[in-house]
Amino acid sequence: MIEPSQEEFPSANEPQLTPELAIANLQSSDLSLRYYAAWWLGKYRIKASAAVDGLIVALEDEADRTELGGYPLRRNAARALGKLGDSRAVPGLIKCLECDDFYVREAAAQSLTMLPDRTAAPALMKLLDGGVAQAVQVLGRPHLVQPYEAVLEALGAINATEAIVLIQPFLEHPVPRVQCAAARAMYQLTQEAMYGELLVKVLGGNDLNLRRVALGDLGAIGYLAAAEAIAQCKAENSFKLISLKGLLEHQIPEKSDVLSLSDAAIRVMNLMDSLL
Amino acid sequence: MTNELIRGVDLADTPEKMITAVQKLAATQDPAAIPTLIAVFGYNNPAAAAIASAALVNLGEVAVPQLLAQIDDYNYGARAYSIRTLAAIADPRALGVLIDAAANDFAPSVRRAAAKGLGSLHWHKLDMPESQTAPKKALETLLFISEDTEWSIRYAAIVGLQTLANIPDLQQPIHTRLKEMLVTDAETAVRARILLAQNEKC
Repeated sequence: MIEPSQEEFPSANEPQLTPELAIANLQSSDLSLRYYAAWWLGKYRIKASAAVDGLIVALEDEADRTELGGYPLRRNAARALGKLGDSRAVPGLIKCLECDDFYVREAAAQSLTMLPDRTAAPALMKLLDGGVAQAVQVLGRPHLVQPYEAVLEALGAINATEAIVLIQPFLEHPVPRVQCAAARAMYQLTQEAMYGELLVKVLGGNDLNLRRVALGDLGAIGYLAAAEAIAQCKAENSFKLISLKGLLEHQIPEKSDVLSLSDAAIRVMNLMDSLL
Repeated sequence: MTNELIRGVDLADTPEKMITAVQKLAATQDPAAIPTLIAVFGYNNPAAAAIASAALVNLGEVAVPQLLAQIDDYNYGARAYSIRTLAAIADPRALGVLIDAAANDFAPSVRRAAAKGLGSLHWHKLDMPESQTAPKKALETLLFISEDTEWSIRYAAIVGLQTLANIPDLQQPIHTRLKEMLVTDAETAVRARILLAQNEKC
């Protein structure tokens, strides 16, 4: 049984950092300290403006390179910026979508999902150039030519309705996880139940990892009609609880001071209670 | 008869055969099946484990001593089923184990099951003064874990506290804590669950 909580095995062997030290370490001569500091600032949600500034600078780092030409520090900085929720990071992340390093592009697209800003739409759409026909595996690498999953999810999250015609063909992409991402985005952009139902269908499939992906997607889009199917899905309760939490949060009016409970919200909570 | 069915579980060599064998053994409702049913929690077969757990809940109190003694310290998946089963039987002899699991286990699934169970033990089955002191110990633990950093642990603590508020003596501290959490908790889902607890009980 795998649980999604990253806090599950708290690590005692991390060097003790403070926000000030981590920000300073972003410019350390020791590249491994820079790399660690970028991860740490995201992990502990250090939202100080000096942290955001330091990480934005790190998006253009040239010092830290892998043998294959990757940019480890840029990857970590891009991931951290998504977690800090500061929209000043958006232009730098958009620029990262053109980086040679697949993993930098992927991290940037994932973070743009968390910092929903419509100005990212053209650069994200560009990564879908060539459509499904061009969306193939890179020879000898464990990934496709572009981070399609993250790109599709980001386009859905920023409500890029102009991208619908580009996204829809990816429902037929041969990689099931990409299909899920397309269904998720299509639901967010159209609110049509048929796309939510595509994800519900995955919950009944025989691939556990894919069922977990669909649980995450259904939680992200808050597709209420899936509630019972989520509770009954053959997956760990931790994944189901996170998914139902997403449904529940979509039932609570945003930015209202007075939290009120609809019947639907109560229904979702009763299901959550049964999974404890 | 039961011995044969126990052997059937031991010999099952596919997940499907395991499920069928556990179903047959569960149907006997024979206390002699208890150790085997508990062992099924460790076989990484969720469908079989759910059947075994339901059978043990059905057997009730008679299964409690062995459930307490056979908790698997090395397999948190199995441990979660044990705790969930003890919580569902609700025999208050499980109090110490549930407190330890809720406060100290590293696995969230185990902690959540224990937190829910801590609210709903059958306190009246204890003699005085334990029937008075035991729910207070449960309360202390639930208040403690209601400050956990992980949202799902706080959520489960609220579910436990809501049930525990059926005890008149404990209502006041529970109301106070829920009010406080409603203001301070960062998670919408947790705040929604507090409202539900307040609407239903408090």
